[in-house]
Amino acid sequence: MAKTLAEKIWAEHVVRSASGEPDLLYIDLHLIHEVTSPQAFDGLRLAGRAVRRPDLTIATEDHNVPTQNIDKPIADPVSKLQVDTLRANCAEFGVRIHSLGDKDQGVVHVVGPQLGLTQPGMTIVCGDSHTSTHGAFGALAFGIGTSEVEHVLATQTLPLARPKTMAINVEGDLKPGVTSKDIILAIIAKIGTGGGQGYVIEYRGSAIRALSMESRMTVCNMSIEAGARAGLIAPDQTTFDYIAGKPHAPANFDQAVSYWKTLFTDQDAIFDVEIDLNADDLEPFVTWGTNPAQGASLNSNVPNPADIADEEARGAAERALVYMGLEAGTPLKKIAIDTVFLGSCTNGRIEDLRAAAEVVKGKKIASTLRMLVVPGSARVRLEAEAEGLDKVFIDAGAEWRNAGCSMCLGMNPDQLAVGERSASTSNRNFEGRQGKGGRTHLVSPLVAAATALRGTLSSPADL
Amino acid sequence: MDKFITHTGSAVPLRRSNVDTDQIIPAVYLKRVTRSGFEDGLFAAWRNDPEFVLNQPAYKAATVLVAGVDFGTGSSREHAVWALQNYGFKVVISSRFADIFRGNSLKGGLLTVILDQSEVEAIWAAIEAEPSTQITVNLENRTVSYNSVVCNFAIDDYTRWRLMEGLDDIGLTVKNADFIDSFEKSRPPHKPLTLPIKG
Repeated sequence: MAKTLAEKIWAEHVVRSASGEPDLLYIDLHLIHEVTSPQAFDGLRLAGRAVRRPDLTIATEDHNVPTQNIDKPIADPVSKLQVDTLRANCAEFGVRIHSLGDKDQGVVHVVGPQLGLTQPGMTIVCGDSHTSTHGAFGALAFGIGTSEVEHVLATQTLPLARPKTMAINVEGDLKPGVTSKDIILAIIAKIGTGGGQGYVIEYRGSAIRALSMESRMTVCNMSIEAGARAGLIAPDQTTFDYIAGKPHAPANFDQAVSYWKTLFTDQDAIFDVEIDLNADDLEPFVTWGTNPAQGASLNSNVPNPADIADEEARGAAERALVYMGLEAGTPLKKIAIDTVFLGSCTNGRIEDLRAAAEVVKGKKIASTLRMLVVPGSARVRLEAEAEGLDKVFIDAGAEWRNAGCSMCLGMNPDQLAVGERSASTSNRNFEGRQGKGGRTHLVSPLVAAATALRGTLSSPADL
Repeated sequence: MDKFITHTGSAVPLRRSNVDTDQIIPAVYLKRVTRSGFEDGLFAAWRNDPEFVLNQPAYKAATVLVAGVDFGTGSSREHAVWALQNYGFKVVISSRFADIFRGNSLKGGLLTVILDQSEVEAIWAAIEAEPSTQITVNLENRTVSYNSVVCNFAIDDYTRWRLMEGLDDIGLTVKNADFIDSFEKSRPPHKPLTLPIKG
């Protein structure tokens, strides 16, 4: 029977299937970090269980680590205890860890791909919802909670109900200045934060095929913001070229590639839902509200809730404008920004830094704002420094930081103050996400860079 | 895990959609390495507002949370489930839950019940009119009942059985270790291991 890509990968990982029960699915790679793992390791200890496959498990420190003074002990004692707990757990259970100061430390979803551990056809989980990022390689990858982290540590499997499948077809060519971030923000605005709930989304079409590997990761990363636990893109030559030469690339590469080439949706396979989007029509996209579906073209105005027909959406928009301190009808480009954040598992990779550096090169950021540049991993930081990107940002007046999740979720000291407004290349504009009372506009790296120069939400075309 | 068969309690109306897990518990509360004590972080930002529904004395004793659509979106933090449980909630009712939050809740014994939005609205009206209205959530019969109203809800047989027996998934999976052993023997050799690469 014809199968979708998601169905093929699923079928290859079913350990046990029984009528009336969820499938028991084998997990090929388990990524862990300090925030969602301590209670899981405690559970193992209480039950006297071991980590079944430490050789399929890897840890790094990302969520709460500082991005400055990383050669000194972590100042916040509660954060320090959590990081120390991860280190002790990894030592006790024999799990490889990349700690602060190590060149392979960084945001877990940047580290997996850069090590070459993320490969097509795998099942990958992590106690973090943005595990969907790895789907860009044609892997079935999704976020899990701490109980599931414990389950995978103990058994290398998860009991899971089979998801439905959704295709999002993006055909056409992106205009200059329009990026994969704009594609995914437009998709989320179209289908809503619950639109993908219960589905694995497969992104297809000429505009997706044309994207680089890192741009594909940005799309899959935000699948969860559309409600889908996983997003997928079929592997192709772009994927194979990206993996080649990475530390964990298969020794018998050709054999792996011939398998990877079987990983596509069969011609006559049927998705439960299909959605079409025209790439030609897309413009730089930003959010104005407090959920990722509350977004609009940068060239438009803050919407008027009164124009929204759906009562629930209207109420949500009204509340969002109050929280965001915005007036309906204000041109989005007139919104003044206090902090620009360039980084995160969405847009903290080398291509993102290069794209932003190209915009700010030889210029100065506006005196009214600060700009934080936080590479997604220590390796990305080193790579950027080798190319001189650090100097470009520093000369422009930005802060050059060490790797971590940083202001994406405001768990470490990098936070917005009450009422402070950011243009952020991260993934969530929830109330208080980047700091209590902080206001977040989600943007692409290009918009972040142009905004830093002009002081108001802008695209490079405005310069 | 405690068995869940039926629960009766008063309910609190949370008339908001898209309540993400950053609202349920902000990231600053996630630094703890325990599973308990998260109740102080529950809806932390909103609880500063004396008007917020959880701050109203009439709803102090509520054990059922009745929320708007798309409850639990965003981060996979299971701390959101722990915060609700630590605070005293046994059941959350909404017309749609985010996948990861729902998975976490049902693993941990917090029953998440999906009703039609019209049924949610009717419960809101009833508990706003009379906050002491008792709501009974019967997992065995898959019903939510209050006053003279009875709503049916769907939940798969397996999860229902597991919750009613108070079983945790790991214990069940370990019984199938033979299947895992034999599956692992057929794992393709090109798939990566995380063992450090030498050199």
